[in-house]
Amino acid sequence: MADSTRSPGAAIDLDRSAHEHAAALRAGEYSARALAEATLARVEAQEPDLNAYIRVTPDEALTQADAADERLRAGDLAPLTGIPVGLKDVLSTQGVETTAGSRILEGFTPIIDCTVVARLREQGAVFVGKTNLDEFAMGSSTEHSGYGATSNPWDLTRVPGGSSGGSAATVAARGVPIALGTDTGGSIRQPAALTGIVGLKPTYGRVSRFGVVAFASSLEQVGPFARDARDAATLLEAIAGHDPNDATTAPEPVPDYTERFDRGLEGLRVGVPGEGLVAGLEDGVREAFEQAVALFEREGAIVDRSVALPSLEVALSAYYIIAPAEASANLARYDGVKYGYRFRGGEGMWDEMERTRGNGFGDEVKRRIMIGAYALSAGYYDAYYRKAQQVRTLVRAEFETALADNDLLLTPTTPTVAFPLGAKLDDPLAMYLNDLLTIPVNISGNPAVSIPGGFSEGLPVGIQLIARPFEESTLLGAAHACEALTDWRAQRPPLAEIGTPS
Amino acid sequence: MDLSSDEVRHIARLARIALSDEETERLRGELSSILGHCQALSAIDTSGVAPTAQSFSLVNVERPDEPQAAAPVSEVLANAPAREGDYIRVRAVLDQPGG
Repeated sequence: MADSTRSPGAAIDLDRSAHEHAAALRAGEYSARALAEATLARVEAQEPDLNAYIRVTPDEALTQADAADERLRAGDLAPLTGIPVGLKDVLSTQGVETTAGSRILEGFTPIIDCTVVARLREQGAVFVGKTNLDEFAMGSSTEHSGYGATSNPWDLTRVPGGSSGGSAATVAARGVPIALGTDTGGSIRQPAALTGIVGLKPTYGRVSRFGVVAFASSLEQVGPFARDARDAATLLEAIAGHDPNDATTAPEPVPDYTERFDRGLEGLRVGVPGEGLVAGLEDGVREAFEQAVALFEREGAIVDRSVALPSLEVALSAYYIIAPAEASANLARYDGVKYGYRFRGGEGMWDEMERTRGNGFGDEVKRRIMIGAYALSAGYYDAYYRKAQQVRTLVRAEFETALADNDLLLTPTTPTVAFPLGAKLDDPLAMYLNDLLTIPVNISGNPAVSIPGGFSEGLPVGIQLIARPFEESTLLGAAHACEALTDWRAQRPPLAEIGTPS
Repeated sequence: MDLSSDEVRHIARLARIALSDEETERLRGELSSILGHCQALSAIDTSGVAPTAQSFSLVNVERPDEPQAAAPVSEVLANAPAREGDYIRVRAVLDQPGG
């Protein structure tokens, strides 16, 4: 689409949330097309600095925006009609290349939409592009992408977190108001924390994984990124619910996720895990977290600081057996036969396949497949894989006990604020430790959200709220209450320094 | 926890990943360090604890076995790296070195 055909969109305030845009579209303040054009102009201007997208899809977006304007005229409206959305590039999109951040999938064009994308398409959402990620969603910095690293809009020399770093960066930089990510060990919550936005991992089984490029099937969920709790609720409501194509989706009805928005924090029973869990925190993160706990107390929450979660420290070890084991099985399908990259000219079938995988996978993916293959191999299965699955039972039981007496558990989302690009690239174990506080929740299957929790040295700090299974409404109600009580959400990254101002 | 180069090559063979000598050596160190960290698991008493494969509570989820339209062959094959008519072209499978 040539620039000359675009109408100027500078009048549209891209600081607005999705629900504010939805109201403006309904009021005829501007069209879905004008919103899409303004969004594309902003996104494309920021890309040289952010690299938040593997592929921006202007033609698809403008076609969808025109269709949304038709629906607006006809009064055939859904909550996300005409709203620009970013899609993590593990979500299959019919007719649009889907790479999972890997060179081994370069050129792969899905023939179907994954269920969550199909549901957004039915609502008339506008797909702005496929966002960048650590290859196959394995990583905590988006530096492991086969398509270059993404930068943090708060400081372009720092990581945005990962693996859903592209989705987080473009929402934080006021490119799109909402985006989808996936969370296998913190890949929504950790980048949300590092970029100062809301990111929610639903209960395992709440959202369909059909058509999502698989990494660790027993751990991952698709979930929303947004700049406020209301948008996160709307996006979660759009994608949640049973799917006949995914037997691990729960039959529980999908509630109105804003149902607890008027409850405030008073009377909420909130558990804060003891010192063991927060021992490795950066000072600034610890201070911000203590202020958040104090806020809950001041607003009438009943805070219990004696919550014991003794197995959490080994949850990380269990995760780094379970997730790679599942990955080694899930990624066996990339053999260069049916789709994607194929090495040509090897000495026969096996050599060709091994060189396809050797060339096509990046370093982190190879590491994880190797760990998984080792943990599942003869003689090591009981010591690693079975042991990790037993520890998983213990972690689940501890969460169940802690949440029997509490409505929510509160932790920082990450031990540190965003770190410099390259700082942990040569030390895989240091990179893994980023997810110390988010991984246990994937092991247990509970829902959790990261919300803005203030700043340390000018960089966002995230607070993690954890709830009982299928109680996402409790998370979002508390998140909404916190927004009303603080001005953290109102602070924005230095947009004038990102790309060419649009 | 210290893996040997032969062990790394064995794992790579299981995973069907070709590694250079330099990669093998680097992975030897990295995998040893990661698996060493995971040794923390062995300190946990799990006697009598049943393993959990996933956190989901449903079992034996069934659906009616109803025929549905298959994906169009031409669309599916459009992603194949090499084709011959309506077939995917691959290297000979039988009598292969390395099998």
